[in-house]
Amino acid sequence: MSKNDNAVTQRLAIIEDMTIYNAAAQKQTLIEGLNACDELELDLSAVSEIDTAGFQLLVLVKREAARLNKRARIVAHSPAVREVVDFFNMAAHFGDPMLIPAQEAC
Amino acid sequence: MEEITSVFVTESREQLEAMEAALLQLEDSPDDADILGAVFRAAHTIKGGAGVIECRFLVAFTHVVESALDKLRNGEIAANTDLIALLLACSDHMGNLIGVLEAGADAPDADLQAEGDALLARLQRDWLSGEAAGKAEAVQPPATTNDEVRASGGGVVETDCWHISLRFGADVLRGGMDPLSFLRYLGTLGSIERIETLADAMPAADEMDPESCYLGFEISFASNADKAAIERVFDFVRDECTLHILPPRSKLADYMQLMMALPEDAMRLGEILVRIGALTQAELDEGLRAQSATCVPDEEGQAHAPAPLGEILVERQVVQPELVEAAVVKQKQVSDKKAAEARLIRIQADKLDRLIDLVGELVIAGASVNLLASRAGQADLTEATSIVSRLVESIRDSALQLRMVQIGETFNRFNRVVRDVSRELGKDIELVITGGETELDKSVVEKIGDPLMHLVRNAIDHGIEPPEVRAERGKNPRGRLELNAFHDSGSIVIEIVDDGGGLNREKIAAKAIERGLIQPGHTLSDQEVYGLIFEAGFSTAEQVSNLSGRGVGMDVVKRNIQSLRGRVEISSTQGAGTRFSIRLPLTLAIIDGFLVGAGRASYVIPLDMVVECMELETQGNERNYLNLRGEVLPFIRLRKLFEIPGELPRRENVVVVKAAGQKAGIVVDELLGEFQTVIKPLGHLFRNLRGIGGSTILGSGEVALILDVQALAQLAAKGEESALTHNQTGRNSLAG
Repeated sequence: MSKNDNAVTQRLAIIEDMTIYNAAAQKQTLIEGLNACDELELDLSAVSEIDTAGFQLLVLVKREAARLNKRARIVAHSPAVREVVDFFNMAAHFGDPMLIPAQEAC
Repeated sequence: MEEITSVFVTESREQLEAMEAALLQLEDSPDDADILGAVFRAAHTIKGGAGVIECRFLVAFTHVVESALDKLRNGEIAANTDLIALLLACSDHMGNLIGVLEAGADAPDADLQAEGDALLARLQRDWLSGEAAGKAEAVQPPATTNDEVRASGGGVVETDCWHISLRFGADVLRGGMDPLSFLRYLGTLGSIERIETLADAMPAADEMDPESCYLGFEISFASNADKAAIERVFDFVRDECTLHILPPRSKLADYMQLMMALPEDAMRLGEILVRIGALTQAELDEGLRAQSATCVPDEEGQAHAPAPLGEILVERQVVQPELVEAAVVKQKQVSDKKAAEARLIRIQADKLDRLIDLVGELVIAGASVNLLASRAGQADLTEATSIVSRLVESIRDSALQLRMVQIGETFNRFNRVVRDVSRELGKDIELVITGGETELDKSVVEKIGDPLMHLVRNAIDHGIEPPEVRAERGKNPRGRLELNAFHDSGSIVIEIVDDGGGLNREKIAAKAIERGLIQPGHTLSDQEVYGLIFEAGFSTAEQVSNLSGRGVGMDVVKRNIQSLRGRVEISSTQGAGTRFSIRLPLTLAIIDGFLVGAGRASYVIPLDMVVECMELETQGNERNYLNLRGEVLPFIRLRKLFEIPGELPRRENVVVVKAAGQKAGIVVDELLGEFQTVIKPLGHLFRNLRGIGGSTILGSGEVALILDVQALAQLAAKGEESALTHNQTGRNSLAG
């Protein structure tokens, strides 16, 4: 899965709504999570609601990962997350392996 | 309730009021585009807001109303009274739905739902049935256009799609508005063919504020909606986002212009435009070449600022001038409104009440300090306290000012009432409102609504005659009802004037005699006769003088007004109309008082009612009147009235007061001077006590009673009158 054998993979599950109310805390969690590992696996299957603020965080963490030469993958989408990512037409941009399962699940 | 919801509720109610007012105007001028626009905007704003807070039942209902309004605005259907009545009913229903939201329920209950469905069904059947096709068109064609575009390989510049370029401001999210909601809402106007999300504005992780919005969107949008309609989707965030809309088949140059106007790099934007199918690669290349070619000459080594898109568009005659003009007017309205909003702060009423309470306490404490200072007899201390008390006075005035609201809003509600009731009764009545800017205490405004409503309904129902009768009597068949407010020496006067048949003095008097309210042969002034209609159970019994109760009786009206320390007067001319004047104090909380003493107790007389003070000439005069510069002045002795025991002082004083145009004297022992009085209402136990309006606490901690001057003046007059006929004293009539 990982190109680097000694890469540290961490899985992070977000269970609260990814809305503006939680955005500040979640940004912290996501960025710290990314800093602590080389490959961040995001489990968003329990996110029942996501708004633009939450979506922005996904964009941020993806971009940050790219900048740091790390990887951030969304390994599980809740229907809400999938719908928003699709709506914003970012599925392709988030692109790569991680969204494919989501699209298959559609 | 979440704050955003409560803000939405408040604002929507305002919008609803505006909508209702506009609908009523529309009745008179059904073709006025401005008014139609106002109605539409109000409905649209409510729907938009409801979408933002995800109140689905409200969105669903308002959507249909809005589409009817849209048809109306586009001239596809014409406004008539039926439609307006229906729309008014719809706006009422929206008010109910907002009430449901306010109550925190998830959905309206079955009854309300049924009512809403019935309204929608009527709208649908009577007005939108033609629309059903139209609506289908509005949604369907994008789909077909879509096919065409696909079929032609996608990306020819004459794509049938609108191009919308959006950059949201950083504060949108914090403002409680989610771009997602707007875009979803946009989706209801047509179909979003392609959307590209740009996050270029987002800074690095450290600086990124998760509550700011950094997103921009390039959207290819297929819709039959016009530009104004698309713009309106973003009304709520208009000030906080950059919005460019290019109509279908815009010129290549316009796209170039757009790219220049946007913050992102032109090349990147070009790619995006190509990606969403707005341009082909060849067109993009050509455009960029042309762009640089035109740019070079007017660019002298300097980065040149792109001309405003609007200007360019007009120059190239891409948009019709009227469209631009409309947009300009609209922008001006928006900015005017914004400026007005900036001058207003919403605060919760209870915070204000708390402030007033504190100021009240401050006034009491200040009075106490004053008293001590004057007892101490130190000049500098007295001086200092007088400055303090002057400041306290100013604080009191400004604090009370805060509670002042204009009565216009209350008056405007009656437009609807007059319309509905007069229609119901088959009368044609015009409502004329003057003095709506008159201000009075918020709590008074709240409580005056019901009595006003009753008087207005009465005037319509029983005052103003049916058109045929009016015509017969040589009057304008269209009745006229006036609501009028103005300030008059420390009080506010609200008048309800109709030009109807007037009160029938003889009938009222006969009825009163029949009911034993007055003695036959008793001569009464017109005032007193008309006042009889406020007696409990009097007016409801039978059709007396065209005026009988409906809902609450007139006695309740009078009681309500009296509980506000106000009074109501009637003047009437038979055949020409009736005038109800309600006189109310400006505020209920604090008054300027005049402190007097009788026996060992102190009493307060509202200062604005005091005319003058003088010494009572001492002669064993048992008659309760004196000669005031040739005028007969009835007076009342406080000692006698309140049965205060004790030796009479050597000198007695008369305070001459004036209430309701009636002068009277109040005989007291001492005059103690002016005193700021915080009114503490008397408990329920003393509700029926006449002659006392309330109580207050003196600086010394003693309680002083506030005299109800109006009642006393009446007592004095009556007392003297009955003393003449029945040799009765004023005290006996107190029992009434």
